[in-house]
Amino acid sequence: MNGLVSLFRSLEGSQTVGRGPGFWALFAIVLAIACAYPLFSDGYTVGNTVYFFVWVFIALSLCLIWGYGGSLSFGQTAFFGIAGYGYGVLTINFGSAYGFTFVALFLAIGMAAMFALLLGYFMFFGRIAGVFLGIVTLAVTLMLERFMAQTAGPEWRIGSARLNGFNGMSAMPPLTIPWPGGPIVLIADIGLYYFVLGLLVLVYLGLRILMNSSFGNVIVAIRENPERAEMLGYDIRKYQLITFVIGAALAGLSGVLYTVWGQYITPSSMGMTAASLPLIWVAVGGRSDLTSTVIGTLVVLAAFQALTIYGSQYALVFMGVLLVLTVLIAPNGLVLGVMNWLSRLISRYRGAK
Amino acid sequence: MDIATLLFSALYQFGDAFAFLVLSACGLAVIFGMMGVINLAHGEFIMCGAYVTASTAHAGLPLPLAILAGTLVSALVGVLVELVVIRHLYERPLDTIVATWGLSLIATQGTLIMVGSTMAGVGTPFGSFQVGAYSYSIYRIVLFCAALGVLAGLYALFNWTRFGVLARATIQVPHMAAALGVDTRLIYSLTFACGAGLAGLAGGLYAPTMTLVPTMGATFIMEAFVTVVIGGADVFLGTAPAGVVLAVIKSVMTSWQGQLFGQIGLLIAVIIVVRVLPKGISGFVLRERT
Repeated sequence: MNGLVSLFRSLEGSQTVGRGPGFWALFAIVLAIACAYPLFSDGYTVGNTVYFFVWVFIALSLCLIWGYGGSLSFGQTAFFGIAGYGYGVLTINFGSAYGFTFVALFLAIGMAAMFALLLGYFMFFGRIAGVFLGIVTLAVTLMLERFMAQTAGPEWRIGSARLNGFNGMSAMPPLTIPWPGGPIVLIADIGLYYFVLGLLVLVYLGLRILMNSSFGNVIVAIRENPERAEMLGYDIRKYQLITFVIGAALAGLSGVLYTVWGQYITPSSMGMTAASLPLIWVAVGGRSDLTSTVIGTLVVLAAFQALTIYGSQYALVFMGVLLVLTVLIAPNGLVLGVMNWLSRLISRYRGAK
Repeated sequence: MDIATLLFSALYQFGDAFAFLVLSACGLAVIFGMMGVINLAHGEFIMCGAYVTASTAHAGLPLPLAILAGTLVSALVGVLVELVVIRHLYERPLDTIVATWGLSLIATQGTLIMVGSTMAGVGTPFGSFQVGAYSYSIYRIVLFCAALGVLAGLYALFNWTRFGVLARATIQVPHMAAALGVDTRLIYSLTFACGAGLAGLAGGLYAPTMTLVPTMGATFIMEAFVTVVIGGADVFLGTAPAGVVLAVIKSVMTSWQGQLFGQIGLLIAVIIVVRVLPKGISGFVLRERT
């Protein structure tokens, strides 16, 4: 019992919105609805929801690096792409037997993290910050897109996996669990839904613990005032680098799950437009809070998909307008603003009683 | 092939790369150097300049006037953007990046909706000349001269005019300049317009050499960013030397392995430079001087 209480305590803190029995009761209800949801829905809608969930991971990674860490990174889609391609190359070469797809999942995430370690070393140990960080990561992302887009020729192959240039890779095996009665294949349906939902809850709770730990507090201190954090004896470069690598791993997870979901990955998933979308979800949701980011991402994605019916160009213009207006009017994000307003309302109501 | 033609070919490629880097970067560098704002819609200002140049040239205007029109329209759009968006965000440089990114998305997709996926280009003027076994475009030489001209013009503008003095005073200590009666808001507006106009000029100058598509800005911005990051905040001590260094890297890598490796060379250069010289070349030079 004590262990459970301390677990709950480590999930709450000043760095995340939402605390107390009320919030966790709501959380349990939402989770229960999410678990029961496939029973009331058809395969297509469930698959589409998985698609939404996949993007939440990359949004959370940006929330971690930008919202909490204060370093604006446009490189999340680069890590997304690296891990996606990594999974494709590995599974096309080695197949899906003996649970190798899960090994490939971890290896692909590891590749993205290693790349982030290398890039982050040069950036953070060179002490560039602020706008330059954004430009360098953006340049890396665009370069990677251009590089992958020109790999159309037959000489661009890794083992038996052709990179296929602008058309991208496809037909990699989905995640497969080895099982005594025959392997269970997680196609974009109920199986994958529960797998991704479980991962999402784990990542969300894990990030809550991380951000409310002393590590998270140091990260926020660095965002607020790097010099002061340094004077207090923290090596800010290491903290920033670790945050960057964790963020890259999350973005990589998103990339692998995307590749698994649609069984394809293309260079355009690393392009300008692709890089801008996570930024919009996180900015509109509320970049300095995990819960707002998750809600914001799901809401904006749903709105975007609804608008795409009228043509994706119009939807993108709308997204751009939304982003500019959010930055001008509600710089902390719309969802976070609403949540703060609600919590003030509740506390005033309690005070009146 | 003898040494002279080889040398000429190398020089030509260097000049071409230098012109591209300097022309695409100087608008960005002016805005960043003066205001600390990174304009992610820079590529879209270039696109705007190119589109206006092409459409006025189709309407019958001679090319130099059409380029001038592209420059002016971009500058006007720059004033508008500064008034509506950038002005409110000077205290928050990271948010300016995000907002201008949103603007770039709107501009790209808006152009795609209104003008369509491509626009008829303008032919490259002046033809070509022959040195040794290869033929070279005269227009590329014109572009190189234009890049030098832009640098000289900017030097004159910021050192010899009243606007230049006021602008430099405003960057150094904004509130002091304001106390002495300088309208700093107007200076910021004009500086932003100047940067946007330079982007438009780059677009206009390159309009005859490339296909006009709504995403054409993306082909410029990587080079522009890299030059500004390596150069640092000062246009003359930063952008110009960064242009020289990067042009050497780019032309050598391009002639060795092809276009893409030229760009990869730039990227590796920038990543190493941020580790060694975080404030760019101009930061290094200025520190040496003091």
